[in-house]
Amino acid sequence: MATEPQLAAERHGVFLTTVTRLYNWGRRSSVYPLSFGLACCAIEMMATGMARVDLARFGAEMFRASPRQADLMIVAGTVTKKMAPQVVRLYNQMPEPRYVISMGACATSGGPFRDGYNVLRGIDLLIPVDVYVPGCPPRPEALLHGLMTLQAQIDAQRLDAVRWYSDREARDHPVPTLGQHGLAIDGQTIDPIGGLPLLSPLTSPHAEAHRSGQLEHPQEIRLFPIMDDLVERETPWRARGVAREIAADDLKRGGNHE
Amino acid sequence: MSAHESHLLQVNIGPQHPSTHGVFRMEVTLDGETVVALRPVFGYLHRNHEQLAEASSYIQTMPYTDRLDYFNSMTSNYGYALAVERLAGIDVPQRANYIRALMSELTRILNHATAIGFMINDMGAWHTALQFGMREREKILDLFEMASGARMMCNYFRFGGVVRDLPPEFLPYFDQLMRGLPAFFDEFERLLRDNEIIVARSSGIGILPREVAAGYSVTGPVLRGSGIPYDIRRAEPYGIYGELAFDIPVGSVGDVYDRTLVRFAEMRQSYRMLQQIRERLPDTIGGHINPAMANFGKQKALRPPAGEAYARVESPKGELGFYLVSDGSTRPYRYKVRAPSFINLTPLGAMCRGHLLADVVVILGSIDIVMGEVDR
Repeated sequence: MATEPQLAAERHGVFLTTVTRLYNWGRRSSVYPLSFGLACCAIEMMATGMARVDLARFGAEMFRASPRQADLMIVAGTVTKKMAPQVVRLYNQMPEPRYVISMGACATSGGPFRDGYNVLRGIDLLIPVDVYVPGCPPRPEALLHGLMTLQAQIDAQRLDAVRWYSDREARDHPVPTLGQHGLAIDGQTIDPIGGLPLLSPLTSPHAEAHRSGQLEHPQEIRLFPIMDDLVERETPWRARGVAREIAADDLKRGGNHE
Repeated sequence: MSAHESHLLQVNIGPQHPSTHGVFRMEVTLDGETVVALRPVFGYLHRNHEQLAEASSYIQTMPYTDRLDYFNSMTSNYGYALAVERLAGIDVPQRANYIRALMSELTRILNHATAIGFMINDMGAWHTALQFGMREREKILDLFEMASGARMMCNYFRFGGVVRDLPPEFLPYFDQLMRGLPAFFDEFERLLRDNEIIVARSSGIGILPREVAAGYSVTGPVLRGSGIPYDIRRAEPYGIYGELAFDIPVGSVGDVYDRTLVRFAEMRQSYRMLQQIRERLPDTIGGHINPAMANFGKQKALRPPAGEAYARVESPKGELGFYLVSDGSTRPYRYKVRAPSFINLTPLGAMCRGHLLADVVVILGSIDIVMGEVDR
């Protein structure tokens, strides 16, 4: 990116850059993660910080125990419905700029435990995620790649467009509560026990509608649905408004419902 | 109320706390800095393990057992495979049994090295001791990866054996690891065993007397640290453990220091067993899996006769038991895990009473829990 005058100035000991680049360079080189392990992935997260892979080479080895000192939340493991409110609270306590890496299949979508009645099907139902790292658990190298991806995202940020310098008032993400049919925000079920997870306002096309409570995929809520006959007999995409791909994705074990 | 009257203070530790070994919460009642009562709160990692197992076929549960105790996927696999083999009456060839024992003992070294590291971590030695344990863990995980294809979640066991035989590059690397292990044990012990701070922080802390330990039915290094030489590998030998020579190390007082010493000694005993296994492995007969079960379709379509079975193994954390009830279909009618972490956690309140708040995390670290197994 260096231009001729820049190089000429550098030869005379003058270093020219933009504020944005300097700012981004400073932030991307000292991403402090929150020391926060949920399940299996946390062990691989710690292995990433250890000698062989050494997260410190990327300036992210300072695992902070307090969310108020952290820039990055690595959601490492299964988020259960009992734990989900605490995860959102921790995220709310982190100062801007803050980033989230969803590490592993469980944090991304519920993973192998997606069918469980107590497992949140993706942390992105509740908080915005910057980088998804696939795997169960991801290898330390994969998490490292996730961090490098995040650093590339930080590099691309523009100071005049970032949300924490905008005029919009900072707002806490709503903390879910355990309702009658699963996790609920303001009385509206987000991730019901059984059935499909209802699309979150965070990920829905109408993000600006901000938790209108409108459920993207209305469907009957069943009480104890795991592998029950209804799921096996009824093809879920017949339910009104459910995209076939999403329904097939949620089909319990195997797609022999053709 | 007079100005000098003191009040009890309730402190909430967790679920997000660097020393709670996952998402575990303790409600501690303090008098000054002394613990008066401690109430553990579980369930932050309840992942419906048992119910998912009842909803899937027998072999589909094998990868889920990896995620029970995510340090020791091999021993969890072992216990589950043993239970299903008992239920369905499947024989295991000799070579498969040797491979299984080899993997279990490697797992034990891995677990104890990291468990000691985590405990020292909780004492305040931020990650220094853990680096040694994790360094050794990486070497062992390389071996697991060679054999099973995965580092942590190995999913290596099948009913009637293991999924594939050891690859040719396994044994040279294994020998290399074995050559380095005694030096690691010496180095690790020299670093920690006589360390003045560690002795001061751990001796006399969290004493669990013999009778109390037996009364709480704790198992594993916690029980042996209290002086009871109970080990499933000796009490009810499974696989080839009846043929291997090993000692059961026990502690005398039952404090945190004793538990740590028991773990150090157990690593050396595992090393001894690995030497014996390595010697006999080339002469073993039979393949890596029972030929009748070698086809994965057979594993998938397994229909054990109606009945029940219980199998237990000595996992690095203690007695890991699997209870299965079959109704003759492809799915278990009932599936229950006897998780050592969970049961070892029950005397935590009794162990912590009267100690300082700073000792609570050390005592918790000495129990060596994994929340995936506690909450399941």
